[in-house]
Amino acid sequence: MAHIHLTNVHVSFPLYELTGRSLKKRLMASSTGGRIGAEPTAKRTTIVQALEDVTFNFEHGDRVALIGHNGAGKTTLLRVLAGIYEPALGQVNIAGQVAPLFDIGLGMEMEATGYDNILLRGLYLGLTKREIKRQAHDIAEFTELGDFLNLPLRTYSLGMRMRLGFAVSTAIQPDILLLDEGLSAGDAAFMAKANARLKEFWNKAAIIVLASHSERLIRDMCEKAVLIEHGRVVASDTVDKVLAHYRHIRPVQSHEDTPVG
Amino acid sequence: MRHYSRYDTRIIFPAGHLPLFAIVLTSLKNQTGFWLIAQLKTGLTIHNLRKALADLIDGFLRIELWSTMGMQEIHDRYRRSMLGPFWLTISLGVMVLALGLLYAGILRQEVGDYLPYVAAGFTVWGLISGLILDGTRSFIASESLIRQLPGPLSLHVYRVLWTNLIIFAHNIWVYIITALIFSINPGWNVFYIIPGLLAVLINGLWIGVLFGLIGARFRDVPQIIASVVQLAFFLTPIIWRPEMLTGREFIMTGNPFYHLVEIVRSPLLGQAPTPEQWLSVLSITIVGWFITLVFYTVYRWRIAYWV
Repeated sequence: MAHIHLTNVHVSFPLYELTGRSLKKRLMASSTGGRIGAEPTAKRTTIVQALEDVTFNFEHGDRVALIGHNGAGKTTLLRVLAGIYEPALGQVNIAGQVAPLFDIGLGMEMEATGYDNILLRGLYLGLTKREIKRQAHDIAEFTELGDFLNLPLRTYSLGMRMRLGFAVSTAIQPDILLLDEGLSAGDAAFMAKANARLKEFWNKAAIIVLASHSERLIRDMCEKAVLIEHGRVVASDTVDKVLAHYRHIRPVQSHEDTPVG
Repeated sequence: MRHYSRYDTRIIFPAGHLPLFAIVLTSLKNQTGFWLIAQLKTGLTIHNLRKALADLIDGFLRIELWSTMGMQEIHDRYRRSMLGPFWLTISLGVMVLALGLLYAGILRQEVGDYLPYVAAGFTVWGLISGLILDGTRSFIASESLIRQLPGPLSLHVYRVLWTNLIIFAHNIWVYIITALIFSINPGWNVFYIIPGLLAVLINGLWIGVLFGLIGARFRDVPQIIASVVQLAFFLTPIIWRPEMLTGREFIMTGNPFYHLVEIVRSPLLGQAPTPEQWLSVLSITIVGWFITLVFYTVYRWRIAYWV
């Protein structure tokens, strides 16, 4: 059974100014006695507390929305769940195979052909070559790109690239699915077909965590919601209650509704 | 299940209990660098070491991914040129020919003897310097992947090893052709190239991990390393021969590059590397891996934040 348990997770980022990124300047500053014009060395690193004391449990079958304004820590939290950021403090206990789908076009090679990109993207998503070869035909069929798949990606339109990314990304079957905004599938004609696949894809995942600004998408997809403000969990409840709370503390921003697929 | 060790930015490191580091520590005490040294003390745990080792093993096991990425990178660089990566072979060939003829004259060397020596030297140097230069950028070059994909970070270093090995496989033809022209027969000793290359790659792995990590944190490190590598080229016997150096031998024997070059070059020229050379390479490997494991244990988890 898949689950996500976070206990007192803290994440902080050091923000380096230019001098802090230079080894030469760092060494010079420590070898010379006086620090001429180097006064800012003392405050060179600003530490941003991105997540503070985050605790929650998601169980098998949960559909969770992460709500919060820009910079509240949603993406950081998703990256912690994906295992990309290891928190400085606290415990992350995740059971199940995690698939982060943050950027559908990640790692696409413009000079490589469509088929090469299916292979590469599949490998990034954790599939083996054999698994990809088995699915390549279905993926190719679904994209409706035909002979274009033998051409380099740079000859594709943006919509075609998105189709390809969408088709490969939804070919995996993870236990836990992490999404930053919805998965976009390109042009409207493709949408109807994509939506059916997306439904199936979502239903197969044991846990979905979705960070979004779109109220419509959140209501469509999720039952639970977590509200994050300045890196802290402010509310964790059903979607209705959390959205009401969010509207209460941030009345101006409730009109946002970005189109999603 | 993942657990995380504690660290605290406010820990005051008791400077001076190790006399060797006392001076360094006091000079760093008032800086934020001190914070990193505090991490070194708290982060060096068996648990973190185990995770660092697991990262290195898991990274290797993603062989399908990094070999495909490496191939893709090579293809990408040369996709629209007719000769592909053999452009590298040609440019190396031209350089070997021009420099070989010139320096054979300057240093009064027999061309038939000297040209194969230069060809072998350049080929091996290309591999070693490529491993170092690409190694310092191993994590920076993959920053968007690191920030979006979970997985062992070491796979990005294996990719660097793989691309450089592919380039080496193209460059080696310059030597092979030179050896054929001057009818050099290295005999059975040529097979020492297998352990030699393996030793270079094992060293390339720690170089890519350690320098890649430092390069991700301090962005001027790739440039600093590039200048050092350039200097090392002149200090290492590649266009000159070890026997030409009389006096100041320490420049050569104390030069790690010399030993790494020699262990691959001498089999190409038909000599078995001497036990001293194996021993030198072994000690470079041990020292390098020791330092790398210390750093990788402590700072591995920070790389995703740095890139």
